[in-house]
Order: sequence, then structure tokens, then C-alpha cells
Amino acid sequence: MTTTIALAGNPNSGKTTMFNDLTGSSQHVGNWPGVTVEKKEGRLKGRKDVVIQDLPGIYSLSPYSPEEVITRNYLITEQPSAIINIVDASNIERNLYLTTQLTELGIPVVLALNMIDIVHKRGDVIDTDKLSKAMGCAVVETSAVKGLGSKNAAEKALWLSDLHAHGGHSRDHVHAGANHVGHEHHLHHEPPFEPKHRFSAVVEDAIKLIGALIEDAAAAAATATGAPTRWFAIKLFERDSEVQRHLKLDEQQQAQVEAIIKTAEQQLDDDSESIITNERYSFVTDVIAQTLTVKDSSGVSLSDRIDRVVTNRVLALPIFALIMFVVYFLSISTVGTAMSGWVNDVLFGETVPGAMEEFLLSVGAADWLQSLILDGIVAGVGAVIGFLPQMLTLFLLLAILEDCGYMARIAFIMDRIFKRFGLSGKSFIPILIGTGCGVPGILASRTIENESNRRLTVMTTTFIPCSAKLPIIALIVGALFPGQAWVATSTYFIGMAAIIISGIILKKTRWFAGDPTPFVIELPAYHLPRVKGVARTMFERGWAFVKRAGTIILLATIVVWFLSSFNWTLQMVDTDESMLAAIGSAIAFIFSPLGWGDWRATVASITGLIAKENVVGTFGVLYGFAEVAEDGAEYWPMLAAAFTQISAFSFLLFNLLCAPCFAAIGAISREMGSARWTAFAVAYECVFAYLVAFSFYQIALLLTTGAFTVATALALLVVLATLYLLVRKPYLSHEPKRKQLKKAPAST
Amino acid sequence: MKSLKDVRTGETAAVVKLHGEGSVKRRIMDMGITKGAQVLVRKVAPLGDPVEVCVRGYELSIRKADAEMIEVQ
Repeated sequence: MTTTIALAGNPNSGKTTMFNDLTGSSQHVGNWPGVTVEKKEGRLKGRKDVVIQDLPGIYSLSPYSPEEVITRNYLITEQPSAIINIVDASNIERNLYLTTQLTELGIPVVLALNMIDIVHKRGDVIDTDKLSKAMGCAVVETSAVKGLGSKNAAEKALWLSDLHAHGGHSRDHVHAGANHVGHEHHLHHEPPFEPKHRFSAVVEDAIKLIGALIEDAAAAAATATGAPTRWFAIKLFERDSEVQRHLKLDEQQQAQVEAIIKTAEQQLDDDSESIITNERYSFVTDVIAQTLTVKDSSGVSLSDRIDRVVTNRVLALPIFALIMFVVYFLSISTVGTAMSGWVNDVLFGETVPGAMEEFLLSVGAADWLQSLILDGIVAGVGAVIGFLPQMLTLFLLLAILEDCGYMARIAFIMDRIFKRFGLSGKSFIPILIGTGCGVPGILASRTIENESNRRLTVMTTTFIPCSAKLPIIALIVGALFPGQAWVATSTYFIGMAAIIISGIILKKTRWFAGDPTPFVIELPAYHLPRVKGVARTMFERGWAFVKRAGTIILLATIVVWFLSSFNWTLQMVDTDESMLAAIGSAIAFIFSPLGWGDWRATVASITGLIAKENVVGTFGVLYGFAEVAEDGAEYWPMLAAAFTQISAFSFLLFNLLCAPCFAAIGAISREMGSARWTAFAVAYECVFAYLVAFSFYQIALLLTTGAFTVATALALLVVLATLYLLVRKPYLSHEPKRKQLKKAPAST
Repeated sequence: MKSLKDVRTGETAAVVKLHGEGSVKRRIMDMGITKGAQVLVRKVAPLGDPVEVCVRGYELSIRKADAEMIEVQ
């Protein structure tokens, strides 16, 4: 039988380091079902039968943020054998607030006082015995960075879970009346995992009444979950919407519970949720007063001094620009791209295909097999591996920025600009990186703190022209807009506008308005990045990309290879006689309203899904050139004859904004962690691109020729609809708990 | 009513009450801005919003619109 130990704690408490320390290399990384939140589990070193489940970093167990709901649901329904609660001992007060909520769940808790070395260095002292008694859980001192105490914490957790399983003590009772801190010594015979904090007499009475009222419902829920009645009662007192749904109380019971809450609220003159939060914090303040001895520290810490410079009103923006330049320069302009270029052009452009071809010829492989391996599989694998160096460089830099604490400051500095578009200040990085390559850009959205902002960023990052779209731009400019630099420049503005418009429109829809997680974020103390942790994050993210995105890229590449290499009787042919050409001709009418119903343009757009620069090469093949230059200069005259300036710009618009290449779609799927969200993102991009190109073409036609048709009317309608979507009122969730803040009463 | 938004940079204020309701209020309280907590306003972001405050021994960033809901003295 396996035992599961869950790791819970605040963000920045050293949880990841502890997890790595406990599990070594036996890790499984994925997403929690349906959300963009990362899920990690592993086996305890030397104990194959013990699973360590890492939970998202959280500050509380409120029902509002996806991270907190995931953690709650996991702890309540999965009932791990024990929880190791990692607490940043150098910032103990806020960290213990979560502890008061974890100990209520009826699961043994080991409190790991992490970063204890910093506390010692400061000269502070924490009385762990007193802390253990006051909080009702075991306490272990650890320093995960130095590899100290983690093992001890795990052993303690296993011991407690054993005790819990065989102890037979009841964890299912509601304590009567006021049982304040400091009166717990008569309870010391109980196992050390009974929550010791008690609320004020009024609240305890209310919880007791609710507990009695819901006993049956809670008992039913408890057999399924194991959480104690007291926990359910506290949550009902807080009017916790998740628990209200979970318990399925009848209307009469609901009314009774509400009456009990109202009485307590009147007596204490505050709302119940605030009462509980306030009392938890005052309990924590008391515990700190008893257990923590602070050596006088009047000096300004190094972290404060760094922050004074880095987020200084004058220097903050130049420093930010400089850091962004370095990130872009290293990952996109130089190191990353040089290596990616080598992998793409040399390794997967010459070396591997060359060797493969020689081998295939020597064994006399059939033509189709050679083509499958060289043009399908090798090209597909190359597309995956080719991105890796660029991405690893970027991941390394991002991991350093995150680890040292600067990433939170980026949100602080940029929030003012991005909040208007429903994005996070941290969305700046994905978009910036997206100008080089959308794949690492999308993956960089992982650092955004809010789920809905993260999804929005993932969906819109590829609107910015990436480096692979530059050949398409060069092609159109060269063929139809010779010498006109504004066309290339305009694509960046169009990309930015597409992001902003999408942000505003989507943020007002039901799907993105769901959880208005507020911008209240911790700015962690600066520290030197840790080599081990940073390297690990880098490789983990790289590997996750290869695994999740890689399969999609490979499959899609092979499918397009198949369609473009065979005709309907499955004979190998050139692209212009292939199934793809037939499909392209059949669906070309869809693009007629955009001004380019030519089948070549359609087929080129489809092959652009493999890699955007393929658009140029495919046009070449379809115009009868086996090899063309990067900007397709050979067939510019033919293109100039087939397109007008307006239809060419419309073609450019569509190809810039529509579904990105398969690699980027793979990255979207990796980040979304859900097929439905991936499909939604790709569909949104395609529809958006289509409407933009359509409106542009039709309105430009109206302005240049004055011809007004049904299509013109439709185009104007699209523009009007967009304007409406931009200015309409945002969707408001009907759950009262999720309302936005009301304005405070005017000053008196 | 004096709100946290009115507290000048470098000054400390004690929280009296939080107005509003729902997830924003809960989040602010979860982060330790509760009745009686001492809040030091450290600085304003370069673009004028949000502000950085120090509460319960750590640094927190909060938007001015939300700081307006926090009654202090």
C-alpha cells in the first residue's frame, strides 16, 4: 500500500526545493485537470511506497483562486496520510495563518520551519516546543536549500500518519465553548495533531450550533472525505460557496445556518468571513509573541537596499528595459538562436538527413519510406528539438528572474499598463519573447500569477509577428510593396492591437470573468538564485515541452507531409498534384471574400502550419520552382500578377494572426492542459484573423473603388460588432461571493 | 474616513476596517491586512500605481483602488 504525503505552503516558502530534496529525480510533472496550474508528484527517496504530492503555493484555503480550490479539494477528498506544511521561518507570521487552516482538516500536519538558517543568522530564536503545542502539530527545523531537515520532516510525517491510522482517537468532534489558547495543557495526552486554536466565544458557539445542525450531512460527506464536522461548520460560518454546494443542505437548514451566522455577525459587528480571518491572525500574533524572540534588527536589510534602487521611481523603467534587453538578446538574438539555428540548419538540415538518406539508400528503402522518414519524421523531430536551445536559454533566464525575486517586481512595475487589457504586468515577457519565437513566448506565460490572465496571454502571444513570419512579410513587401518599410512596421502594431483588442473583448466574456483574482501580490525578499533549483526548473520546463508539445508537432507534421506528398490513389506526387492541392482548391472559396481565393495561397497557408516560413517555399513549389530564396524573390512577378496590394495585405494579415505553427499550438496545449481550451484558442485565432482580413479587404475595396456590396455591409457590421464588444459592460458572475469590491462610503 | 490610499509614503497606519466584500476583500485579509495590523507604505510604483506596503514583516503590492477600501487611522 502506498502512503501519500502532501506538501503545502505559501509561495516563496521553499516548497519546490523541499520537494526536489525529498523526491530526487523520481518526479512526474503535469497539470491539474482542466487548469493551467502545474501538478507535481514524486516518490520519497529510498521509499518507493511513499508518494510526495506537491500542492500549489497558496496563502489561504479560500474558495476564490483555482490554486486554493485545487489544494482544498485535494486535501479533503484525497485525504493524504499527512501534510508537510512548509513555512518560511524568516517570515513566519503570515505563513502560520495557512497553518491554522491546514490543522483543521483532520490530517496530521508536520510544520517544517524552513529557511531556519536565515533566522539563526539574524540572531532570532523560535521556541519549537512551544510552537508545536500552540499550533497542534509537529514542528521540524529545516533548510531545504542546504538539504537539512527534509528527511526528518518526512519521517515525522510518516510516524504521525501511522499514529493517526492506529491511534483511533476521534477527530470528529466540535469542541464546546470558548477554549482559548493557553488552556490546552490538559489536552497534551492527545496525539500532536489536534488544532489548538479556538475562536472567540461567540464564534465557537455559532460553530457548535452549525455543527449540530449539519451533523448528518457532514457525516455523509465525511465518510466520503474524512474531513471533520468542525471544518465544515467553520466553512459554512464563512459562507464558503464550495462547501455550501458540497453539503447539499435543504432550504430549512440553510435558513437556520444563515440565522446563526447573522446573530454572530450582529454581536461582533463584522461579516463572518472577516471575523474568522481576523481571529486567525490574532491567534497567530499571540503565538508569535510567545514563541519568537527577535534580536533587535534596526538596520536596513540588503534586500530593502536592492529594492530601493530596482523599483525606484526614476530608475525602475530603465533597469527593467535593460534586463528585458538582456533576456531577449541572449535567448532570441544570440546564444539561443545560434544553437537553435545550428540544430535546425546543420544537425537536422544536413547531418541527420544526410546520414539517414545514405542509410536508406544503402538498404534500398522505398521512395515513400525515405520521404516519410526524411520529410515527415526527421523534419518533425527537428522542429521539436530545434526550439530546445532557444527555449532552454530563455527558461534559464526566467528561472533566474523568478528565483531571485525580480519577476514579482515586473508585475509591480508594469501592472499599470497591462491591467487595462485584462493582462498581467508579467504578460510583457511572453509578448516580448514572442517577437522572436511564439513557442517559448507561450511557455513563458507560466510565471503569470492569475489563471485567467495566463490563458489570455497564451491565446494572444502569437499575434505578435515572430521571426518565422518575417519571410512572409519580406515576400509580400518584395512582391507588392517594394521599398515600403511601413508594411513591416505596421505588422507589429497590428499584432499589439490584436492583443489589446482580444484582451478587452475576452476579459468581458463569461469564460474569463469567472475569477477576478485581485492584484494583491507578495514581493518576496531578493536572494541569490540557487544554481541547482534554477537548472532543475530549466530542464523540467524543457522536458515538459518535448513531451507534451512534441507529440502534437510530430503527428501534425506527418499528417501534412502525407497530404502534400500523395494523391488520392496514394501515389507519391509533387505538391501541386497532391491531396493537399485538391483540398486547397476545394476550400479556396472560403478565402475569396478576403481577396485571395487562389488555391496556391490556400495551400501555402496550410503548410504554414508546420512552420510559418514554409508559406514562402510552398508558393515557390506551386509556381514551379524547386528551390527559392528565403524571401521568394524568384516568383515575385507571378505573385504581383496574382494579387493586388489590397489582397496581398489581406493575405499577410490572415497569415500573421491565424493559428500559429504546430509547435506553438503544441505549446498552447502544454500550457492550457486541456484539449477544449487549446481548440478554443486556435479557433479564436483563426476566426479573429479571418474577420480582420475580411473587414480590411472589403473596406479597403470600398474606399478605393467605391463599390458597395453585401460583403461590404457585412464587413462594416463586423467592425460595429467589435466596437460593441469593446465597450459593452463586462460579464458579472452571479455568485454574490465573487462580486467586485463596492466603493467604500464617502468620507465623513 | 481615512483610507490606506491617503497614507503618505514612509508612514505607518493601523487598519480599522475593510470595506467591500468577496474575493478581493478576502484576499487582502488573507495576506495579513486585518483589523489592528500595522501597515507601512513603502513606495508607489514608477507609473503611479500600485503601491508597495510592508505588513507583518513582508512586502506586499496592492492597487490604489483596493487600498481605498482599507480604512486606517
